[in-house]
Amino acid sequence: MARPVSAVPKPAGTKRAETGAATEGRLAPGDAALLTMLHYMKLTRALEYRIERNLYRQGKIVGGVYVGRGQEAISVGAAMHIRRGGDESHDDIVSPSHRDMAVFLMQGFTPALVLAQYMGRRTGPTRGRDGNMHMGDLRHRLVAFISHLGDSIPVAAGTALTFRMHGTDQASFCFFGEGAASRGDWHEGINFAAVMKLPVIFICNNNQYAYSTPVSRQMAVRHLSERAPGYGIPGETADGNDVLEVYDAVGRAVARARRGEGPTLLEFVTFRMTGHSAHDDAGYVPKALFAEWERKDPIRRFEKDLLGRRLVDAAALRGMEARIEAELDEAVAWAEAQPYPEPRECLVGVYHE
Amino acid sequence: MALTTYVEAIRQGIWEEMEADERVFILGEDVGIYGGAFKVTEGMLERFGELRVIDTPISESAIVGAAIGAALMGMRPIAEMQFIDFISCAFDQITNFAAKNRYRWGAGVPIVIRGPSGGGVHGGPFHSQNPEMYFVHTPGLKVVAPATAHDAKGLIKAAIRDEDPVIYLEHKYLYRRIKEELPKEDYVVPIGRAATRREGRDLTILTYGAMLYPSLEAAETLSREQGIETEVIDLRSLLPLDKDALLTSARKTGKVLVVHEDTRTGGIAGEIAAIVNEEVFDYLDGPVLRVTAPDTPVPYSPPLEEFFLPNKDKILAAARRLAAY
Repeated sequence: MARPVSAVPKPAGTKRAETGAATEGRLAPGDAALLTMLHYMKLTRALEYRIERNLYRQGKIVGGVYVGRGQEAISVGAAMHIRRGGDESHDDIVSPSHRDMAVFLMQGFTPALVLAQYMGRRTGPTRGRDGNMHMGDLRHRLVAFISHLGDSIPVAAGTALTFRMHGTDQASFCFFGEGAASRGDWHEGINFAAVMKLPVIFICNNNQYAYSTPVSRQMAVRHLSERAPGYGIPGETADGNDVLEVYDAVGRAVARARRGEGPTLLEFVTFRMTGHSAHDDAGYVPKALFAEWERKDPIRRFEKDLLGRRLVDAAALRGMEARIEAELDEAVAWAEAQPYPEPRECLVGVYHE
Repeated sequence: MALTTYVEAIRQGIWEEMEADERVFILGEDVGIYGGAFKVTEGMLERFGELRVIDTPISESAIVGAAIGAALMGMRPIAEMQFIDFISCAFDQITNFAAKNRYRWGAGVPIVIRGPSGGGVHGGPFHSQNPEMYFVHTPGLKVVAPATAHDAKGLIKAAIRDEDPVIYLEHKYLYRRIKEELPKEDYVVPIGRAATRREGRDLTILTYGAMLYPSLEAAETLSREQGIETEVIDLRSLLPLDKDALLTSARKTGKVLVVHEDTRTGGIAGEIAAIVNEEVFDYLDGPVLRVTAPDTPVPYSPPLEEFFLPNKDKILAAARRLAAY
């Protein structure tokens, strides 16, 4: 499969037995990692802007569009800990949800490849068989999500079961939203992983709405992590709009997993700054909530932090944005030039051939 | 030479594959310490250890989901459903995750989901079902249902070695009632190939699982009493279906009777009737008939269950009706 080479820096991932330096008891990324994180947060935002606001509205994307605007800190902060660059007995595995674009990018999917997927092209990761965030590739250690929320939880447990059987210190990263936590599969999968002490990091983006249903109608506990003791595993709730807080919490959970101490349930509180999908105007969400969470925007907040540390200045930020836009221009052009599948390819690939 | 029961044949097949391939492991409820509700996994925990013979919580969806995850990581999991009735709890993982994965993004899911199906043992509505057609309707899956000890072993081995998800339906009525001499050497029964159990020129019976035996008995009676020679074909595999075998026999006899223990509406008999009509209508001398269970849950009380299940007399009645055309 022809793939454009990404111009963006690859996230380094963490090396074996290294999860970041602790500052005042908190795991803190180094300077280069901080810039990588900012890059991927901005790339995610910009790519999803093109998808949702441009290509979808232009009719170039025909199916559903679900974006994670406002939630970028969670996938980026977590995915920094995914171990990569080795072989099957070294690399971690990850099951992203539908609002985790950054995870795909950080695992090596280029924006061009993602766009080919959205546009139903033959050179996309599912060759036009599936749309939007329903993509995966084991060479990138990405397990594809399905629309039946929560199904990934037992599957992630199964990947971790394999790591345990092989006696490695690999970990399985499993992302989902608070709505998925109401599914029976979610319960079965978490309990299964807990009973077997499997190395899974369960990462919830609690964006407070599942389609139109507010979190108060989804669960009777204040925080999803309160369920953790019920499974006999550690749980933690943190600010999902603070990428450093996410980085810290996930890093500690990963360390536990690698030490053989079992799964952790992490809840990151954030807000879905869009409707459920591109066709949904989210009229049911009080305007004041959007305004409140707009002020907590994870990217602006992180930029301010990095400006304060003098890691970047305004010119550097503008340069980063310009490079991203240029890459996306190229990616859109590449994806639009890709062929559609031949109609009869519908019949191919149901079984091993 | 010792005879091997159907249940022992399944156990042998799994055992040999676990010996030969360290990627193969089994997980399910009570498969370890207890050796399985029907003792299919007896002795395996001691031989292969608790990382390869895994007692799980009562969580069919997690059992299948975890099997999928392990398969994606290169393993060859066998997920046991304690009774196949409970497979409904894992329906979503099977039909949406496992079945569609290869088609969607090219990642095959080589798992086997197996368990005891079928009635005749007074198991009632939740320990007697034949759930094959939920899965036969799902592209991406394979569904097999052995009737003999030879096939039970050969098909479980083929299922374990297959690159795609296989639903392996073992019939609990046959577990200890059927025994035969098995080949000493390693063998598989290829998925998707039917077996002719009795040659005949006048009528074809297509069947599978436990219904093979009353079908064969009916064929003997027809031959003895009326000189009607019935060809009996054991489908063995429902998805993929061995269309060549059934169409060849239909062309030869011109009369097709389908017998299954599954309920009537949406059973495989309807599908076979459609295939026969589409492909060999000109050869037919009568309608495709079917003998099936009625469209009810499987009842518990002996007179009710006896009424529910197809048997030799019901098959004979339908065969005589068809033979009269």
